[in-house]
Amino acid sequence: MIWCSAFWPTRYSTSSWRIDLESTLFGRGLKPLAVATTVLLATTLALVFFYAPNDADQGFIQKIFYIHVPLAIVALFGFVAAGVMGAMHLRTRDDSWDARSYVAIHMGVIFGVAVLATGAIWAKGSWGKWWVWDEPTLVSFLIVFLLYVTYYPLRYSIEDPQRRARYASVFAITAGAFVPINFIAVRLAENLVHPRVLNQTAGDMPGEMRLTFLVALAGIALLYVTLMKLELTSKNARRQLRRLRMLLEDERTGGAAPPPVATVPAKPV
Amino acid sequence: MRAIAAIARKDLLVELRTKESVPAMALFAVTTFVIFHFGLDRDRLEGELAAGVLWVTLLFAAILGINRLFVAEREQGGFDGILMAPIERTSLLIAKAGALIVYLVALELIALPVFALFFIDQGFWDAVPRLAAVILLADLGLAVVGAMLASIAVHTRARDLLLPILLLPLTVPVVIAAAAATKPLLSVPLETSGVAKWVAVLALYDLVFGLLAYAVFDFLMED
Amino acid sequence: MAVEPTVTASAGPEHAAAPSVDAIALDRLVRNYGERAALRQVSFRVTRGTTLAVFGPNGAGKTTLLRMLATLLVPHQGELSVFGHPLPREAYLVRPLVGLLAHEPLLYHDLSARENLDFYARLYGVEAAHARIAYLLEVTGMTARADEPVRNLSRGMAQRIAICRAVLHAPDLLLLDEPRAHLDPEAAAMAEPLIGAHTGITRVLVTHEIEHGLAEADQVLGLRDGTVLIDSPAGQIDARQVRALYGARS
Repeated sequence: MIWCSAFWPTRYSTSSWRIDLESTLFGRGLKPLAVATTVLLATTLALVFFYAPNDADQGFIQKIFYIHVPLAIVALFGFVAAGVMGAMHLRTRDDSWDARSYVAIHMGVIFGVAVLATGAIWAKGSWGKWWVWDEPTLVSFLIVFLLYVTYYPLRYSIEDPQRRARYASVFAITAGAFVPINFIAVRLAENLVHPRVLNQTAGDMPGEMRLTFLVALAGIALLYVTLMKLELTSKNARRQLRRLRMLLEDERTGGAAPPPVATVPAKPV
Repeated sequence: MRAIAAIARKDLLVELRTKESVPAMALFAVTTFVIFHFGLDRDRLEGELAAGVLWVTLLFAAILGINRLFVAEREQGGFDGILMAPIERTSLLIAKAGALIVYLVALELIALPVFALFFIDQGFWDAVPRLAAVILLADLGLAVVGAMLASIAVHTRARDLLLPILLLPLTVPVVIAAAAATKPLLSVPLETSGVAKWVAVLALYDLVFGLLAYAVFDFLMED
Repeated sequence: MAVEPTVTASAGPEHAAAPSVDAIALDRLVRNYGERAALRQVSFRVTRGTTLAVFGPNGAGKTTLLRMLATLLVPHQGELSVFGHPLPREAYLVRPLVGLLAHEPLLYHDLSARENLDFYARLYGVEAAHARIAYLLEVTGMTARADEPVRNLSRGMAQRIAICRAVLHAPDLLLLDEPRAHLDPEAAAMAEPLIGAHTGITRVLVTHEIEHGLAEADQVLGLRDGTVLIDSPAGQIDARQVRALYGARS
């Protein structure tokens, strides 16, 4: 990029060049991460189908728990992490934190759709209905999901880019604080009549189930991080491209301003 | 402190003069009760059904008031005037939340008697002291979160649409706790057990979101 | 004939800065809007007690500049200080000292002029507010209609109340965005002792009236696309050079 700085006037702020470094940071380590993710997920699938025992009560359908629960845990952690990233953005005024927060929430919402879908499949398989209100974790997750979905209309309806990033960060912080409180409230509200597999299973999982679960958790967590990095890199590249196009256009139309007319500085006091 | 009083006073003065928010909220609540009567086909309610109808109605009526909270500032340029003044910017948040609580209490002073008239046979007056405490705590949570979200929504393009979808999920814990606390109070016969737990949840919500709103408000106001 | 009561803004801190401190000092100030720049590397100084006239076509950054001086916008890069107080760090010290007359009168439509001014007086901690408001209403000839809702007033009258609002707390720096817009000559004359050149208050005047601006200015700033093209004492600039700012864009 060195030849570029020779052509373009130095009056453009240096903050635009900082993004170059950022793009390499985002993209670094992407390949080994992707490989590790694939390996872990493949291992998980193998373990789920060939290693973990069938559940005594629920049979084969219980195995979806190995996908459903890690997805939920990773998504919720992602949402809370997005809140922390939002706080970092407010503190440092660095737009890369806003990008991270946005992508974290984006991934969380996508994983959230998967959580609700797998939750519905599990409910249908276990209790015969596509949706049950008895599983407080699922219900609380639905509410959180509905909240985070509003992140998109919020962002798209603010025109000023700086304000948009700032408000998105405030939303991320507020929603991140909301996750635990909502969880507490819903948990207290639901009757503890029906067996909740999450609690039972988490309590006394036999060794094979626990191992499979942990591997699945690690695989899904890595998947989240890999997808985040992927999206951050691609967003950054697009932003760079847009910026370069704008600079080129400014140059082509003869620059932003003609040479100064008269600059006689005022007399010092 | 002086600034909070000045802004709240200004808001209440405007509301008294224009009567924009509170009458609309009250009318909405009463009409909604009538609709519930037909929708549920019930002459009287008790327990969880009564609590549910009451809180859903109060919440949606509150949204009407919250929507209009910052509109005058936005449309008449008051934001600039307040932001330029030598005051703490969080005074604006506290003043608006305070004004909102006043509107909500005014709403409830009308809506509650009407609700009792329509749906409750007996025991309402015995429930009132504890009910008032639950309602006030819930109002506080709604006011704080409502004021913060209103200040966000007012800077967006589709502000009337955005506010409800932002507010409703965030206020679910308030509805859960308030309805659960109200249920025994509106049961026949009146019970008081279990109310304390939910009052604690409401207090926790108010504390967490009160502190959070206070902490982030400056970032919302700056440009 | 109204007598001006003495007024002190009780919230105003001691800003006993030495007379040699510039009223305004900008150094390579940058303000962005997304990925574009609204102000690029703007630098200039304004001496206390003088008037700076700011000219430039629409979109030049004049309003952005004014709003930054009013502490409504924060700098993205570079430095900005008013009366020696760097912004935005010491914005709370600058706010009592600045008065802004913007495009909008910044008045609440449902309150009367007097109630609006009373509200702002409370925000600024103006002492003896009642007397001060009465005096200002008298000077701008608005006493008779001070108790009607602002929405009933014409645009010109609202502008007069806005002038009262801007000078209510006796600011040391006046930021004026087209102050004579909507004012008939009589009203403009009434406003002179409050916001005019002979008040001795440091003023930043944004106007499209080139002759009037040059006549009142001690210093001239010409902006175009966020860049300073003219920065000189008023005596060394003529109207033709200022008009060149508004010339055809490439």
